[in-house]
Amino acid sequence: MVLQNAFFGMLAALAVVSALRVVTTRNVVHAALYLVMVLASVAALFVLLAAEFVAAVQILVYVGAIVVLFLFGVMLTRAQIGADLDLDNGQRGLAALVALVLGGTLTWALIDAFGDDKLPELSDADVAARGVRPVGDAIFSTYLVPFEVVSILLLAALIGAIVLARRD
Amino acid sequence: MLVNQFLLLGAALFCIGVYGVLARRNGVLVLMSIELILNSVNINLIALAGLHGNTAAVTGQVFALFVITVAAAEVGVGLAIVLLIYRNRRSVSLDDIDLMKG
Repeated sequence: MVLQNAFFGMLAALAVVSALRVVTTRNVVHAALYLVMVLASVAALFVLLAAEFVAAVQILVYVGAIVVLFLFGVMLTRAQIGADLDLDNGQRGLAALVALVLGGTLTWALIDAFGDDKLPELSDADVAARGVRPVGDAIFSTYLVPFEVVSILLLAALIGAIVLARRD
Repeated sequence: MLVNQFLLLGAALFCIGVYGVLARRNGVLVLMSIELILNSVNINLIALAGLHGNTAAVTGQVFALFVITVAAAEVGVGLAIVLLIYRNRRSVSLDDIDLMKG
């Protein structure tokens, strides 16, 4: 229990600090690399929540595919190498105010709603019942139709991206 | 572990993402901030589902997988649009895209 909380603290601090660097750094490539740190620590948090399959998919899809796509985007839009002072617009103060008010409201609402609710202590059988096999069973039985619809969505997005980005 | 630990972390990441969307001018960086927001939603889904037994936990994981898939589709199309803007205007600054402004 203590060990879990210690790991949670480390991963949460890593995620929040890296996320802050993503939105404040002056270098586009550094922002993408800090995004990798955030996504990897969130994947580790998923393992802490006994969601191994989602953690693996997070690493494969987010870190393996999406961040690489971002780096291609950075390359193809000829982002400046090194520090770029023109990445932020003039609304930083207002944006920080909005984020702080939103954060305060969410914090208040969450503490009001969930207070000291504890996550259940998981036995080995519980962890197995939340593992890869039951998730696969659920996807290919209960959620089969949404799963197929999502694959069509991905195909449509792929074709859409090609149509948008190709030179004619 | 308290469930609120995870929910508050999700809220913090969400707010950081909202700040990024509002304060960044570069189109690629705005898309990265949107990824932060979608990720914080996934933390919420899995933490809350874990609160209500094993069947609910599996359902939450399946929903998180769908969110990840939709995020991948969104980034693909979003980056294609940013590339198109760059090709037409030689800039990805979102402040320059003001054709709809009266």
